[in-house]
Amino acid sequence: MLLIPCPWCGPRDETEFRYGGQAHVAYPGDPAALSDEEWARYLFFRDNPRGPFAERWSHAAGCRRWFNAVRDTASGEIHAVYRPGEPRPVTP
Amino acid sequence: MSTEQPGAVPPEHPDRLWDSPEPRGSYDVVIVGGGGHALATAYYLARDHGITDVAVLEKGWLAGGNMARNTTIIRSNYLLEESAGIYEHSLKLWEGLEEDLGYPILFSQRGVLNLAHSLQDVRDGVRRVNANRLNGVDAEWLGPEEVKEVCPIVEVSPDARHPVLGATYQPRAGIARHDHVAWGFARAAAALGVHLIEHCEVTGVEVAGGRARAVRTTRGRISADRVALCAAGHSSVVARTAGLALPLQSHALQALVSDLLEPVHPTVVMSNAVHVYVSQAHKGELVMGAGVDACNSYRQRGAFHVIERQMAAALELFPVFARAHVLRTWAGVVDVSPDASPVVGLTPVDGLYVNCGWGTGGFKATPGAGWCYAHTIAHGEPHPLNAPFSLERFTTGALVDEHGAAAVAH
Repeated sequence: MLLIPCPWCGPRDETEFRYGGQAHVAYPGDPAALSDEEWARYLFFRDNPRGPFAERWSHAAGCRRWFNAVRDTASGEIHAVYRPGEPRPVTP
Repeated sequence: MSTEQPGAVPPEHPDRLWDSPEPRGSYDVVIVGGGGHALATAYYLARDHGITDVAVLEKGWLAGGNMARNTTIIRSNYLLEESAGIYEHSLKLWEGLEEDLGYPILFSQRGVLNLAHSLQDVRDGVRRVNANRLNGVDAEWLGPEEVKEVCPIVEVSPDARHPVLGATYQPRAGIARHDHVAWGFARAAAALGVHLIEHCEVTGVEVAGGRARAVRTTRGRISADRVALCAAGHSSVVARTAGLALPLQSHALQALVSDLLEPVHPTVVMSNAVHVYVSQAHKGELVMGAGVDACNSYRQRGAFHVIERQMAAALELFPVFARAHVLRTWAGVVDVSPDASPVVGLTPVDGLYVNCGWGTGGFKATPGAGWCYAHTIAHGEPHPLNAPFSLERFTTGALVDEHGAAAVAH
Protein backbone atom coordinates (compact mmCIF):
# COMPACT_ATOMS: atom_id res chain seq x y z
CA MET A 1 0.00 0.00 0.00
CA LEU A 2 1.25 3.44 -0.87
CA LEU A 3 1.66 6.42 1.42
CA ILE A 4 0.90 9.28 -0.96
CA PRO A 5 1.88 12.85 -0.05
CA CYS A 6 -1.03 15.00 -1.23
CA PRO A 7 0.38 18.47 -2.04
CA TRP A 8 -2.38 20.08 0.03
CA CYS A 9 -3.07 17.57 2.83
CA GLY A 10 0.23 15.78 3.34
CA PRO A 11 0.91 12.05 3.45
CA ARG A 12 -2.24 9.93 3.38
CA ASP A 13 -3.07 6.30 2.80
CA GLU A 14 -3.56 5.09 -0.77
CA THR A 15 -7.18 4.15 0.01
CA GLU A 16 -8.05 7.88 0.10
CA PHE A 17 -7.02 8.36 -3.52
CA ARG A 18 -8.27 7.62 -7.00
CA TYR A 19 -5.85 6.86 -9.81
CA GLY A 20 -6.00 8.91 -13.01
CA GLY A 21 -3.34 7.35 -15.24
CA GLN A 22 -0.64 9.14 -17.19
CA ALA A 23 -0.19 12.87 -16.56
CA HIS A 24 0.39 15.61 -19.12
CA VAL A 25 -1.82 14.07 -21.84
CA ALA A 26 -3.18 17.14 -23.60
CA TYR A 27 -6.50 17.15 -25.45
CA PRO A 28 -5.81 17.58 -29.18
CA GLY A 29 -5.51 21.26 -30.09
CA ASP A 30 -7.36 20.80 -33.38
CA PRO A 31 -9.46 17.62 -33.02
CA ALA A 32 -10.99 17.84 -36.49
CA ALA A 33 -7.55 17.71 -38.07
CA LEU A 34 -6.55 14.39 -36.48
CA SER A 35 -6.12 11.27 -38.60
CA ASP A 36 -7.53 7.93 -37.42
CA GLU A 37 -4.06 6.93 -36.28
CA GLU A 38 -3.62 10.12 -34.30
CA TRP A 39 -7.02 9.58 -32.66
CA ALA A 40 -6.00 6.01 -31.79
CA ARG A 41 -2.81 7.35 -30.19
CA TYR A 42 -4.74 9.92 -28.19
CA LEU A 43 -7.50 7.57 -27.03
CA PHE A 44 -5.80 4.25 -26.46
CA PHE A 45 -2.03 4.61 -26.19
CA ARG A 46 -0.39 5.68 -22.94
CA ASP A 47 3.16 5.28 -21.72
CA ASN A 48 3.68 2.16 -19.62
CA PRO A 49 7.28 2.41 -18.41
CA ARG A 50 9.00 0.13 -15.95
CA GLY A 51 10.49 2.93 -13.87
CA PRO A 52 9.62 6.59 -13.20
CA PHE A 53 6.14 7.51 -14.45
CA ALA A 54 4.38 10.90 -14.28
CA GLU A 55 0.78 10.18 -13.35
CA ARG A 56 -2.37 11.77 -11.94
CA TRP A 57 -4.02 11.12 -8.60
CA SER A 58 -7.14 12.58 -7.02
CA HIS A 59 -7.41 12.90 -3.25
CA ALA A 60 -10.98 11.61 -3.48
CA ALA A 61 -11.60 11.12 0.25
CA GLY A 62 -9.74 14.27 1.28
CA CYS A 63 -9.48 17.64 -0.44
CA ARG A 64 -10.84 16.10 -3.66
CA ARG A 65 -8.22 17.87 -5.76
CA TRP A 66 -6.18 16.42 -8.59
CA PHE A 67 -2.40 16.51 -8.62
CA ASN A 68 0.52 14.83 -10.34
CA ALA A 69 3.12 12.43 -9.01
CA VAL A 70 6.31 10.87 -10.31
CA ARG A 71 6.26 7.28 -9.09
CA ASP A 72 8.57 4.40 -9.93
CA THR A 73 6.40 1.56 -11.23
CA ALA A 74 9.12 -0.99 -10.48
CA SER A 75 9.72 -0.04 -6.84
CA GLY A 76 6.56 1.88 -5.86
CA GLU A 77 8.67 4.79 -4.61
CA ILE A 78 7.11 8.23 -5.08
CA HIS A 79 9.84 10.65 -6.15
CA ALA A 80 7.78 13.84 -6.29
CA VAL A 81 4.27 15.26 -6.17
CA TYR A 82 3.27 18.57 -7.76
CA ARG A 83 0.17 20.61 -8.47
CA PRO A 84 -1.65 20.80 -11.80
CA GLY A 85 -0.05 23.29 -14.15
CA GLU A 86 3.35 22.90 -12.55
CA PRO A 87 6.08 21.37 -14.70
CA ARG A 88 7.28 17.84 -14.01
CA PRO A 89 10.12 18.20 -11.53
CA VAL A 90 13.53 16.74 -12.23
CA THR A 91 13.86 13.60 -10.15
CA PRO A 92 16.82 11.28 -9.58
CA MET B 1 -7.56 -41.29 -1.55
CA SER B 2 -10.92 -40.68 -3.19
CA THR B 3 -11.37 -40.60 -6.94
CA GLU B 4 -12.92 -37.11 -6.63
CA GLN B 5 -9.52 -35.65 -5.87
CA PRO B 6 -7.32 -36.25 -8.88
CA GLY B 7 -3.94 -34.70 -8.36
CA ALA B 8 -3.99 -34.89 -4.60
CA VAL B 9 -0.87 -36.97 -5.11
CA PRO B 10 1.36 -35.54 -7.84
CA PRO B 11 2.29 -38.00 -10.57
CA GLU B 12 5.76 -39.44 -10.88
CA HIS B 13 8.20 -37.37 -12.91
CA PRO B 14 11.19 -38.39 -14.92
CA ASP B 15 14.36 -36.77 -13.57
CA ARG B 16 14.49 -34.28 -16.41
CA LEU B 17 11.58 -32.98 -18.46
CA TRP B 18 13.64 -30.94 -20.92
CA ASP B 19 17.25 -30.19 -21.80
CA SER B 20 18.95 -26.87 -21.11
CA PRO B 21 21.00 -26.19 -24.25
CA GLU B 22 23.38 -23.28 -24.73
CA PRO B 23 21.77 -20.62 -26.92
CA ARG B 24 22.93 -20.69 -30.54
CA GLY B 25 23.71 -17.55 -32.54
CA SER B 26 20.61 -17.74 -34.66
CA TYR B 27 17.19 -19.36 -34.95
CA ASP B 28 14.26 -19.30 -37.35
CA VAL B 29 11.98 -18.13 -34.56
CA VAL B 30 12.88 -16.55 -31.23
CA ILE B 31 10.08 -16.40 -28.68
CA VAL B 32 10.57 -13.73 -26.02
CA GLY B 33 9.22 -14.98 -22.71
CA GLY B 34 9.01 -18.47 -21.27
CA GLY B 35 5.52 -18.72 -19.84
CA GLY B 36 2.61 -20.92 -20.78
CA HIS B 37 1.74 -19.03 -23.95
CA ALA B 38 5.35 -19.11 -25.15
CA LEU B 39 5.72 -22.83 -24.48
CA ALA B 40 2.41 -23.61 -26.17
CA THR B 41 3.42 -21.49 -29.16
CA ALA B 42 6.72 -23.32 -29.46
CA TYR B 43 5.00 -26.69 -29.20
CA TYR B 44 2.41 -25.96 -31.90
CA LEU B 45 5.04 -24.32 -34.15
CA ALA B 46 7.01 -27.56 -34.03
CA ARG B 47 4.13 -30.04 -34.08
CA ASP B 48 1.71 -28.43 -36.54
CA HIS B 49 3.96 -26.32 -38.73
CA GLY B 50 7.23 -28.25 -38.73
CA ILE B 51 9.18 -25.23 -37.48
CA THR B 52 11.57 -26.66 -34.92
CA ASP B 53 14.47 -24.21 -35.12
CA VAL B 54 12.93 -22.26 -32.27
CA ALA B 55 14.31 -20.76 -29.07
CA VAL B 56 12.20 -19.79 -26.08
CA LEU B 57 14.09 -17.14 -24.09
CA GLU B 58 13.08 -16.68 -20.47
CA LYS B 59 14.63 -14.10 -18.13
CA GLY B 60 13.92 -16.16 -15.01
CA TRP B 61 12.83 -19.76 -14.98
CA LEU B 62 10.26 -21.36 -17.25
CA ALA B 63 6.68 -20.55 -16.31
CA GLY B 64 7.79 -18.64 -13.20
CA GLY B 65 5.89 -15.44 -14.03
CA ASN B 66 2.13 -15.22 -14.43
CA MET B 67 1.93 -18.93 -15.16
CA ALA B 68 2.91 -19.54 -11.54
CA ARG B 69 0.74 -16.70 -10.23
CA ASN B 70 -2.72 -17.20 -11.66
CA THR B 71 -5.85 -18.83 -10.29
CA THR B 72 -5.92 -21.57 -12.98
CA ILE B 73 -9.54 -21.00 -14.02
CA ILE B 74 -10.49 -22.22 -17.50
CA ARG B 75 -13.75 -21.18 -19.19
CA SER B 76 -15.02 -19.91 -22.52
CA ASN B 77 -18.23 -18.09 -21.55
CA TYR B 78 -17.34 -14.78 -23.19
CA LEU B 79 -19.98 -12.53 -24.69
CA LEU B 80 -18.82 -11.66 -28.18
CA GLU B 81 -18.37 -13.95 -31.17
CA GLU B 82 -14.69 -13.11 -31.57
CA SER B 83 -13.95 -14.01 -27.95
CA ALA B 84 -16.14 -17.11 -27.98
CA GLY B 85 -14.21 -18.25 -31.04
CA ILE B 86 -10.74 -18.12 -29.55
CA TYR B 87 -11.62 -19.11 -25.96
CA GLU B 88 -13.84 -22.01 -27.04
CA HIS B 89 -11.12 -23.22 -29.37
CA SER B 90 -8.81 -23.11 -26.38
CA LEU B 91 -11.26 -25.03 -24.20
CA LYS B 92 -11.53 -27.75 -26.83
CA LEU B 93 -7.74 -28.02 -26.87
CA TRP B 94 -7.75 -28.23 -23.05
CA GLU B 95 -10.15 -31.16 -23.32
CA GLY B 96 -7.64 -33.19 -25.31
CA LEU B 97 -4.44 -31.71 -23.96
CA GLU B 98 -3.47 -34.46 -21.56
CA GLU B 99 -3.48 -36.97 -24.42
CA ASP B 100 -1.80 -34.55 -26.83
CA LEU B 101 1.07 -33.89 -24.47
CA GLY B 102 1.23 -37.34 -22.97
CA TYR B 103 1.45 -35.67 -19.60
CA PRO B 104 -1.01 -35.26 -16.72
CA ILE B 105 -2.32 -31.70 -16.48
CA LEU B 106 -5.10 -32.50 -14.01
CA PHE B 107 -7.79 -30.69 -15.99
CA SER B 108 -10.91 -30.87 -13.86
CA GLN B 109 -14.13 -29.78 -15.58
CA ARG B 110 -16.02 -28.83 -12.45
CA GLY B 111 -17.95 -25.94 -13.95
CA VAL B 112 -17.99 -22.21 -13.27
CA LEU B 113 -20.67 -19.99 -11.78
CA ASN B 114 -20.60 -16.26 -12.55
CA LEU B 115 -22.86 -14.70 -9.92
CA ALA B 116 -25.34 -11.89 -10.50
CA HIS B 117 -25.99 -9.46 -7.64
CA SER B 118 -28.12 -6.80 -9.28
CA LEU B 119 -30.85 -6.55 -11.87
CA GLN B 120 -28.27 -5.33 -14.38
CA ASP B 121 -26.05 -8.33 -13.58
CA VAL B 122 -29.05 -10.60 -14.21
CA ARG B 123 -29.76 -8.99 -17.58
CA ASP B 124 -26.09 -9.16 -18.57
CA GLY B 125 -25.86 -12.77 -17.43
CA VAL B 126 -28.95 -13.95 -19.28
CA ARG B 127 -27.76 -12.15 -22.38
CA ARG B 128 -24.39 -13.85 -22.06
CA VAL B 129 -25.98 -17.29 -21.69
CA ASN B 130 -27.99 -16.70 -24.86
CA ALA B 131 -24.93 -15.40 -26.70
CA ASN B 132 -22.88 -18.40 -25.53
CA ARG B 133 -25.48 -20.85 -26.79
CA LEU B 134 -25.68 -19.14 -30.15
CA ASN B 135 -21.91 -19.53 -30.36
CA GLY B 136 -21.98 -23.21 -29.45
CA VAL B 137 -20.66 -22.66 -25.93
CA ASP B 138 -22.39 -24.59 -23.13
CA ALA B 139 -24.19 -22.23 -20.78
CA GLU B 140 -27.16 -22.20 -18.43
CA TRP B 141 -28.91 -19.58 -16.35
CA LEU B 142 -29.46 -20.68 -12.75
CA GLY B 143 -31.66 -19.16 -10.07
CA PRO B 144 -30.42 -18.77 -6.48
CA GLU B 145 -31.70 -22.19 -5.37
CA GLU B 146 -30.02 -23.87 -8.33
CA VAL B 147 -26.81 -22.02 -7.49
CA LYS B 148 -27.07 -23.54 -4.03
CA GLU B 149 -27.45 -26.99 -5.54
CA VAL B 150 -24.30 -26.62 -7.61
CA CYS B 151 -22.31 -25.01 -4.80
CA PRO B 152 -23.90 -25.56 -1.36
CA ILE B 153 -21.50 -23.24 0.48
CA VAL B 154 -22.63 -20.09 -1.37
CA GLU B 155 -24.84 -17.85 0.76
CA VAL B 156 -27.99 -17.18 -1.29
CA SER B 157 -30.10 -15.45 1.37
CA PRO B 158 -31.89 -12.37 0.00
CA ASP B 159 -30.71 -10.50 3.10
CA ALA B 160 -27.03 -10.81 2.21
CA ARG B 161 -25.14 -7.63 1.52
CA HIS B 162 -24.58 -8.83 -2.06
CA PRO B 163 -27.65 -11.02 -2.64
CA VAL B 164 -27.23 -13.75 -5.23
CA LEU B 165 -29.98 -13.19 -7.79
CA GLY B 166 -28.76 -15.94 -10.07
CA ALA B 167 -25.72 -17.04 -12.01
CA THR B 168 -24.48 -18.12 -15.39
CA TYR B 169 -23.17 -21.66 -15.32
CA GLN B 170 -20.73 -23.24 -17.74
CA PRO B 171 -20.43 -26.94 -16.86
CA ARG B 172 -17.40 -27.58 -19.12
CA ALA B 173 -15.31 -24.92 -17.38
CA GLY B 174 -12.81 -25.91 -14.74
CA ILE B 175 -9.28 -25.72 -13.43
CA ALA B 176 -5.96 -27.37 -14.29
CA ARG B 177 -2.64 -27.74 -12.53
CA HIS B 178 -0.69 -24.74 -13.87
CA ASP B 179 2.82 -26.12 -13.33
CA HIS B 180 1.94 -29.37 -15.03
CA VAL B 181 0.50 -27.54 -18.01
CA ALA B 182 3.75 -25.63 -18.43
CA TRP B 183 5.92 -28.69 -17.88
CA GLY B 184 3.82 -30.72 -20.30
CA PHE B 185 4.20 -28.13 -23.05
CA ALA B 186 7.89 -27.64 -22.27
CA ARG B 187 8.63 -31.35 -22.36
CA ALA B 188 6.72 -31.87 -25.60
CA ALA B 189 8.30 -28.84 -27.29
CA ALA B 190 11.82 -29.83 -26.21
CA ALA B 191 11.23 -33.35 -27.53
CA LEU B 192 10.49 -31.81 -30.94
CA GLY B 193 13.77 -29.90 -30.91
CA VAL B 194 12.81 -26.51 -29.44
CA HIS B 195 15.52 -24.86 -27.33
CA LEU B 196 14.22 -23.76 -23.94
CA ILE B 197 16.70 -21.26 -22.55
CA GLU B 198 16.27 -19.97 -19.01
CA HIS B 199 18.04 -17.08 -17.28
CA CYS B 200 18.35 -15.32 -20.62
CA GLU B 201 16.76 -11.87 -20.52
CA VAL B 202 15.98 -10.12 -23.78
CA THR B 203 17.21 -6.55 -23.37
CA GLY B 204 16.41 -5.33 -26.86
CA VAL B 205 14.97 -6.20 -30.24
CA GLU B 206 17.12 -5.15 -33.19
CA VAL B 207 15.20 -3.67 -36.10
CA ALA B 208 16.87 -2.71 -39.39
CA GLY B 209 15.17 -1.70 -42.62
CA GLY B 210 11.73 -2.08 -41.01
CA ARG B 211 12.42 -5.70 -40.13
CA ALA B 212 13.24 -7.49 -36.88
CA ARG B 213 16.67 -9.07 -37.22
CA ALA B 214 17.83 -10.20 -33.80
CA VAL B 215 17.45 -9.91 -30.07
CA ARG B 216 20.06 -8.73 -27.62
CA THR B 217 20.13 -10.84 -24.49
CA THR B 218 22.05 -11.17 -21.26
CA ARG B 219 23.64 -14.23 -22.92
CA GLY B 220 24.62 -12.53 -26.16
CA ARG B 221 23.08 -11.49 -29.45
CA ILE B 222 20.78 -13.99 -31.15
CA SER B 223 19.66 -13.36 -34.71
CA ALA B 224 16.25 -14.54 -35.83
CA ASP B 225 14.09 -14.54 -38.94
CA ARG B 226 11.06 -13.97 -36.79
CA VAL B 227 10.76 -12.56 -33.28
CA ALA B 228 7.60 -13.44 -31.37
CA LEU B 229 6.86 -11.42 -28.24
CA CYS B 230 5.17 -13.38 -25.50
CA ALA B 231 6.15 -11.37 -22.44
CA ALA B 232 2.76 -10.80 -20.73
CA GLY B 233 3.00 -7.90 -18.26
CA HIS B 234 6.38 -6.81 -19.65
CA SER B 235 5.27 -6.68 -23.29
CA SER B 236 5.36 -2.85 -23.34
CA VAL B 237 8.93 -2.86 -22.10
CA VAL B 238 10.20 -5.32 -24.71
CA ALA B 239 8.19 -3.85 -27.60
CA ARG B 240 9.52 -0.39 -26.82
CA THR B 241 13.06 -1.57 -27.59
CA ALA B 242 11.82 -2.27 -31.12
CA GLY B 243 10.30 1.21 -31.34
CA LEU B 244 6.82 -0.26 -31.00
CA ALA B 245 4.22 1.26 -28.68
CA LEU B 246 1.44 -1.03 -27.44
CA PRO B 247 -1.94 0.06 -26.04
CA LEU B 248 -1.30 -1.66 -22.71
CA GLN B 249 -1.12 -0.74 -19.06
CA SER B 250 0.56 -3.08 -16.59
CA HIS B 251 -1.07 -3.72 -13.24
CA ALA B 252 -0.54 -6.01 -10.28
CA LEU B 253 -3.26 -8.66 -10.00
CA GLN B 254 -3.38 -10.33 -6.63
CA ALA B 255 -4.45 -13.74 -5.46
CA LEU B 256 -4.07 -15.87 -2.37
CA VAL B 257 -4.50 -19.39 -1.06
CA SER B 258 -5.80 -20.69 2.25
CA ASP B 259 -4.43 -23.54 4.25
CA LEU B 260 -5.50 -27.05 3.25
CA LEU B 261 -9.15 -27.87 3.79
CA GLU B 262 -11.41 -30.85 3.33
CA PRO B 263 -13.22 -30.79 -0.02
CA VAL B 264 -15.87 -28.10 0.52
CA HIS B 265 -16.04 -26.29 -2.79
CA PRO B 266 -17.07 -28.43 -5.77
CA THR B 267 -16.98 -25.84 -8.58
CA VAL B 268 -15.54 -22.42 -9.48
CA VAL B 269 -17.41 -19.31 -8.33
CA MET B 270 -16.76 -15.86 -9.74
CA SER B 271 -18.39 -12.62 -8.76
CA ASN B 272 -17.66 -9.71 -11.00
CA ALA B 273 -19.54 -7.20 -8.87
CA VAL B 274 -17.62 -7.88 -5.66
CA HIS B 275 -14.33 -8.90 -7.30
CA VAL B 276 -13.67 -12.32 -5.95
CA TYR B 277 -13.30 -15.68 -7.63
CA VAL B 278 -12.76 -18.91 -5.78
CA SER B 279 -12.01 -22.52 -6.45
CA GLN B 280 -10.52 -25.30 -4.38
CA ALA B 281 -7.25 -26.67 -5.64
CA HIS B 282 -6.76 -30.39 -6.11
CA LYS B 283 -4.71 -30.53 -2.94
CA GLY B 284 -7.27 -28.62 -0.86
CA GLU B 285 -6.31 -24.94 -0.75
CA LEU B 286 -8.96 -22.36 -1.50
CA VAL B 287 -7.58 -20.29 -4.37
CA MET B 288 -8.98 -16.77 -4.44
CA GLY B 289 -8.38 -13.95 -6.87
CA ALA B 290 -9.06 -10.24 -6.55
CA GLY B 291 -9.35 -7.27 -8.89
CA VAL B 292 -6.31 -5.44 -10.20
CA ASP B 293 -4.57 -2.72 -8.22
CA ALA B 294 -5.53 0.64 -9.69
CA CYS B 295 -2.14 2.14 -10.46
CA ASN B 296 0.39 0.91 -13.03
CA SER B 297 2.91 -1.42 -11.51
CA TYR B 298 5.61 -3.93 -12.35
CA ARG B 299 5.95 -5.08 -8.76
CA GLN B 300 4.88 -8.65 -8.20
CA ARG B 301 3.05 -7.65 -5.07
CA GLY B 302 -0.03 -5.57 -4.56
CA ALA B 303 -1.70 -3.43 -1.94
CA PHE B 304 -3.22 -4.84 1.22
CA HIS B 305 -6.50 -2.93 0.89
CA VAL B 306 -7.32 -4.79 -2.35
CA ILE B 307 -6.96 -8.13 -0.56
CA GLU B 308 -8.95 -6.82 2.39
CA ARG B 309 -11.87 -5.81 0.16
CA GLN B 310 -11.71 -9.14 -1.65
CA MET B 311 -11.75 -11.14 1.59
CA ALA B 312 -14.68 -9.13 2.93
CA ALA B 313 -16.63 -9.97 -0.23
CA ALA B 314 -15.60 -13.62 -0.05
CA LEU B 315 -16.84 -13.91 3.52
CA GLU B 316 -20.22 -12.42 2.60
CA LEU B 317 -20.63 -15.02 -0.13
CA PHE B 318 -19.02 -17.93 1.71
CA PRO B 319 -19.58 -17.59 5.48
CA VAL B 320 -17.90 -20.99 5.90
CA PHE B 321 -14.56 -19.39 4.94
CA ALA B 322 -14.49 -17.45 8.22
CA ARG B 323 -12.36 -20.16 9.78
CA ALA B 324 -9.90 -20.51 6.92
CA HIS B 325 -6.42 -19.04 7.20
CA VAL B 326 -4.55 -17.17 4.51
CA LEU B 327 -1.41 -19.10 3.76
CA ARG B 328 0.16 -17.12 0.95
CA THR B 329 -0.56 -14.04 -1.19
CA TRP B 330 1.12 -12.96 -4.40
CA ALA B 331 0.59 -10.87 -7.51
CA GLY B 332 1.23 -11.22 -11.20
CA VAL B 333 1.89 -8.32 -13.55
CA VAL B 334 -0.91 -8.26 -16.11
CA ASP B 335 -1.02 -6.31 -19.37
CA VAL B 336 -4.41 -4.69 -19.69
CA SER B 337 -5.71 -3.43 -23.04
CA PRO B 338 -8.37 -0.73 -23.54
CA ASP B 339 -11.11 -3.20 -24.57
CA ALA B 340 -10.12 -6.00 -22.14
CA SER B 341 -9.26 -8.24 -25.10
CA PRO B 342 -5.86 -9.55 -26.16
CA VAL B 343 -3.62 -8.37 -28.98
CA VAL B 344 -2.43 -11.29 -31.12
CA GLY B 345 -0.94 -10.80 -34.53
CA LEU B 346 1.38 -8.82 -36.74
CA THR B 347 3.04 -5.49 -36.01
CA PRO B 348 4.21 -2.63 -38.26
CA VAL B 349 7.69 -4.21 -37.98
CA ASP B 350 8.16 -7.10 -40.43
CA GLY B 351 8.98 -10.37 -38.71
CA LEU B 352 7.91 -9.05 -35.31
CA TYR B 353 4.78 -10.59 -33.80
CA VAL B 354 2.87 -9.81 -30.62
CA ASN B 355 0.85 -11.93 -28.24
CA CYS B 356 -0.10 -9.72 -25.32
CA GLY B 357 -2.93 -7.85 -23.62
CA TRP B 358 -4.46 -10.96 -22.08
CA GLY B 359 -4.87 -8.93 -18.94
CA THR B 360 -6.36 -10.98 -16.15
CA GLY B 361 -7.38 -13.92 -18.35
CA GLY B 362 -4.34 -15.44 -19.97
CA PHE B 363 -4.18 -18.85 -18.34
CA LYS B 364 -7.40 -20.22 -19.80
CA ALA B 365 -6.22 -19.21 -23.25
CA THR B 366 -2.85 -20.98 -23.00
CA PRO B 367 -3.38 -23.72 -25.62
CA GLY B 368 -5.64 -21.65 -27.88
CA ALA B 369 -3.41 -18.58 -27.83
CA GLY B 370 -0.33 -20.70 -28.54
CA TRP B 371 -2.11 -22.52 -31.35
CA CYS B 372 -3.30 -19.30 -33.04
CA TYR B 373 0.00 -17.52 -32.48
CA ALA B 374 1.96 -20.42 -33.97
CA HIS B 375 -0.25 -20.27 -37.07
CA THR B 376 0.25 -16.50 -37.30
CA ILE B 377 4.04 -16.82 -37.05
CA ALA B 378 4.25 -19.76 -39.44
CA HIS B 379 2.11 -18.17 -42.16
CA GLY B 380 2.97 -14.51 -41.63
CA GLU B 381 -0.73 -13.76 -41.28
CA PRO B 382 -3.28 -14.30 -38.54
CA HIS B 383 -5.56 -17.31 -38.30
CA PRO B 384 -9.26 -16.32 -38.63
CA LEU B 385 -9.64 -16.98 -34.90
CA ASN B 386 -7.11 -14.32 -33.91
CA ALA B 387 -7.59 -11.94 -36.84
CA PRO B 388 -10.10 -9.80 -34.85
CA PHE B 389 -7.46 -9.31 -32.14
CA SER B 390 -5.13 -7.26 -34.31
CA LEU B 391 -3.24 -4.17 -33.25
CA GLU B 392 -5.04 -2.21 -36.00
CA ARG B 393 -8.37 -2.48 -34.25
CA PHE B 394 -7.45 0.49 -32.10
CA THR B 395 -7.19 2.59 -35.26
CA THR B 396 -10.15 1.13 -37.14
CA GLY B 397 -12.33 1.19 -34.04
CA ALA B 398 -13.30 -2.49 -34.37
CA LEU B 399 -12.80 -3.07 -30.66
CA VAL B 400 -13.71 -6.36 -28.98
CA ASP B 401 -15.22 -4.93 -25.81
CA GLU B 402 -15.20 -7.77 -23.29
CA HIS B 403 -15.16 -5.83 -20.03
CA GLY B 404 -18.35 -7.58 -18.90
CA ALA B 405 -17.12 -11.10 -19.50
CA ALA B 406 -13.53 -10.54 -18.43
CA ALA B 407 -14.80 -11.08 -14.86
CA VAL B 408 -12.21 -8.88 -13.16
CA ALA B 409 -12.55 -5.14 -12.92
CA HIS B 410 -9.94 -3.51 -15.10
